[in-house]
Amino acid sequence: MNIIASNLASNATLATPNGTTRPQVRIVIVGHVDHGKSTLVGRLLHETGSLPDGKLEMLKAVSARRGMPFEWSFLLDALQTERDQGITIDTTQIRFRTRSRDVVLIDAPGHAEFLRNMITGAAQADGAVLIIDALEGVRDQTRRHGYLLHLLGVKQVAVVVNKMDRVDFSAERFGVIRDEITAHLTGLGLAPTAVIPISARDGDGVSERTAKIDWYNGPTVVEAIDALHPARPLDELALRLPVQAIYKFDDRRIVAGRIESGGLTAGDEIVIMPAGKIARIRSVEGWPSSPADAQGAGRSVGITLDRELFVERGDVIAHVGSAPRDTRRIRARIFWLHEQPLAAGASILLRLGNKETRAVVVAIEKAVDPGELSSAETKAIARNHVGEIDISLSQPLAADPYVDNPRTGRLVIEVNGRIAGGGLVLSVDAGQRAVPVDIVPVESALRPDERSARYRHNGAVVWLTGLPGSGKSTLARALERKLFSDGGSPILLDGDTLRAGLNGDLGFSPQDRTENIRRLAEVATHLARNGHVAIVAAVSPLREDRAAARRIADNVFREVYVATPADVCERRDPKGHYAKARAGVLHGFTGIGNDYQPPESVELAIDTSSCTVSDATDEIERMLIRTGILFDEVTDLAANI
Amino acid sequence: MQPGMDHLDALEAQSIYIFREAFARLKKLALLWSLGKDSNVMIWLARKAFFGRVPFPALHVDTEKKFPEMYAFRDHYSKEWGLDLKVDYCPPVEAIDPTLPPAARSAARKTEGLKLALNKYGFDGLIAGIRRDEEATRAKERVFSPRGTEGGWDVRDQPPEFWDQFNASPPPGAHLRIHPILHWTEADIWAYTKRENIPIIPLYLAKDGKRYRSLGDADITFPVPSTASSIDEILVELEGTKIPERAGRALDHETEDAFERLRVAGYL
Ligand SMILES: Nc1nc2c(ncn2[C@@H]2O[C@H](COP(=O)(O)OP(=O)(O)OP(=O)(O)O)[C@@H](O)[C@H]2O)c(=O)[nH]1
Ligand SMILES: [Mg+2]
Repeated sequence: MNIIASNLASNATLATPNGTTRPQVRIVIVGHVDHGKSTLVGRLLHETGSLPDGKLEMLKAVSARRGMPFEWSFLLDALQTERDQGITIDTTQIRFRTRSRDVVLIDAPGHAEFLRNMITGAAQADGAVLIIDALEGVRDQTRRHGYLLHLLGVKQVAVVVNKMDRVDFSAERFGVIRDEITAHLTGLGLAPTAVIPISARDGDGVSERTAKIDWYNGPTVVEAIDALHPARPLDELALRLPVQAIYKFDDRRIVAGRIESGGLTAGDEIVIMPAGKIARIRSVEGWPSSPADAQGAGRSVGITLDRELFVERGDVIAHVGSAPRDTRRIRARIFWLHEQPLAAGASILLRLGNKETRAVVVAIEKAVDPGELSSAETKAIARNHVGEIDISLSQPLAADPYVDNPRTGRLVIEVNGRIAGGGLVLSVDAGQRAVPVDIVPVESALRPDERSARYRHNGAVVWLTGLPGSGKSTLARALERKLFSDGGSPILLDGDTLRAGLNGDLGFSPQDRTENIRRLAEVATHLARNGHVAIVAAVSPLREDRAAARRIADNVFREVYVATPADVCERRDPKGHYAKARAGVLHGFTGIGNDYQPPESVELAIDTSSCTVSDATDEIERMLIRTGILFDEVTDLAANI
Repeated sequence: MQPGMDHLDALEAQSIYIFREAFARLKKLALLWSLGKDSNVMIWLARKAFFGRVPFPALHVDTEKKFPEMYAFRDHYSKEWGLDLKVDYCPPVEAIDPTLPPAARSAARKTEGLKLALNKYGFDGLIAGIRRDEEATRAKERVFSPRGTEGGWDVRDQPPEFWDQFNASPPPGAHLRIHPILHWTEADIWAYTKRENIPIIPLYLAKDGKRYRSLGDADITFPVPSTASSIDEILVELEGTKIPERAGRALDHETEDAFERLRVAGYL
């Protein structure tokens, strides 16, 4: 929400009928488990006189029933399991007022197990209060939350050092923690606005500088909160209107969405991305009446256009001359919340604005645990960790780098219908391979669409991976025959065949195997770029090698895992290799050890022990239709306006 | 020019966004119309979102124990607003778990009625007008809140929800609750009702020194002392009061966990 309480027309437009304009600011309380977040919220409400009648008595009774001294945290920890375990599970919100503003306080859980709930709460905040137990000092969730604030775009943070009563209100202990956290946050570009010694339980430093902290002369928590700013509106940025829906309830065709940034008015010349179609806004619609003036960021609007264009949910409307990039390639810095680590090659569902598209993670870099001080980089992004990823999208979309537009520069990733991560767009079209300067590639004389019109397919690399004897070559040949008889242009690249010539210099050392795959991928990609369907049949046992092949072929890569069980493969043993390997006369053979790394996510997996060759071929064809390689019979290119 | 937005404009825009997301992503929606101030604001917001229409049914799960003024309101405005009104009834109280305290047992009828209606129509999304500031477990809700096949709420495993990206894929047989006014307060509802001239049931205004702040079943809802006889006066009263909104709802006060248990089982 972009709230700024300006331009108030009359008292009646205010929720508070006292005639003043009170900005609203949303503040999240974060920090390590048990450091006193919920206690501070309870205390703040109490000290600002914001608790409803009977609440204090209720809290007393609830605490007593559990044989505990008075617990402020029970105000927000309303769930029975939260109270029984003395821990916050889910985020909650509560309101209070300071002298100058209305504050929405967002309490967040500190336990690593509930990081998804912390993010749910913190993502809505304009500012944050990071709390640290004076005795325990900076802990892993302190650091992790600090890092996430920065990833979530929360740019103002005040730090409180709590439970000062447990360290005898020692100014020295406070100084140590203040210096450590200030250095850490400043390193993240998030210098704290204040560092405050408090005892949330007893009230020191919350709304008053008590005698126990007479050595401190900075702001209290209430004063620090008063100094945090509400979200700035995004009116100054270029127009971004992501399309939520097209409504045709009557004779109007209304394009509906929320203006994420900038503003619009009837008559504006706009461009619809990613297709780049141009139109003019004919009218801005509304109910019960249509707005007469310009509409700014934050408004949910409906517009009609001056011509019939194909517009769909997920498109982004911008002004001509300041449109977002259209891309099939994004680099993003993300946090990951799913149990299963995110690895290169993973196939995901991506949401950016109102656009939803399938995508593949092409590469992962800088995967670390932000809770650790000096965390080693890992290949996959584990749960609650962060990293940078290159994503290849199956459909083009319009996006901005986060630094240019915070709203259209962020995305979420969904796994099995549930949000599993999110992050900021670092760049669009990242990861394109650089063209060496002294090599000038010669372009083909034919355009891609000339070829695809003849072949009825786009170029692709169909990569069949699986154990020796799993049926890759059989399937590859059957697919080749089928595509050819439909008028297409398939080309078979069999790993063994190419070893006889192009790759004749390569042996079976790990480096040579990797180079073998690289050459296969380069040749196949060249064919695909020229409109052919390159069918590669290669054991390609290493996940990393296949991920490299995918990087080379990019969005035309289609991986098929021929997942025939190992015992079936060995029984088949078409080339006698398993027998030789068992006899110890064939070294470096993939199959009888467990050196084959099965893919984690592919476009298709087929077990040939339970279906016929023609069933399997049909399945591959269906996958190629579904993923936009083969043209479905009903597709009519000319119908694409 | 910088078109300014005030507090109510911002609340409204966010709610409209939620309505449109729900309509785009779910197949069979219904709006739960309890006839109270909150659900009337919801209907108004839906009409704003969809340019005068409410493109899904308004479902009234009737306990048959509402105030007569509420039934009169329903019958009048369902026609005037062109709603696709569906009225379904709750099972008799005898069919409900007798171990529940009396008010909770009475409220549980509504949960059962809701389940019956869900099964009957096969809705995959129910739009409900709950707000965070009403009650502490509601404050922990998501905007798109997944429910199990039995309508239950798994409070320990709510999905992440941020940046207005919603989890909208209920598994087969389950449904989603959508909460378009979760972020509004009681005062916001009244200020908006006044600004937009949304009709209200007169029971909310003081008569003989009392008024209803919240309307439920006639037998378990009680008026609070008040002299506020107009919306403006209600707003002034709310400004000064420290009495919680649901003070007149017996059901909230029976035991510490009564409300949570109801909600986990599928109550609103
Ligand atoms: N001595 C002392 N104890 C405190 C203080 N503040 C909080 N506590 C105690 O610390 C414990 C944890 O407090 P909570 O407020 O629940 O901590 P939290 O950060 O909200 O914990 P999670 O939400 O579970 O991460 C409780 O038992 C509090 O009573 C304080 O200033 N001094
Ligand atoms: Mg807590």
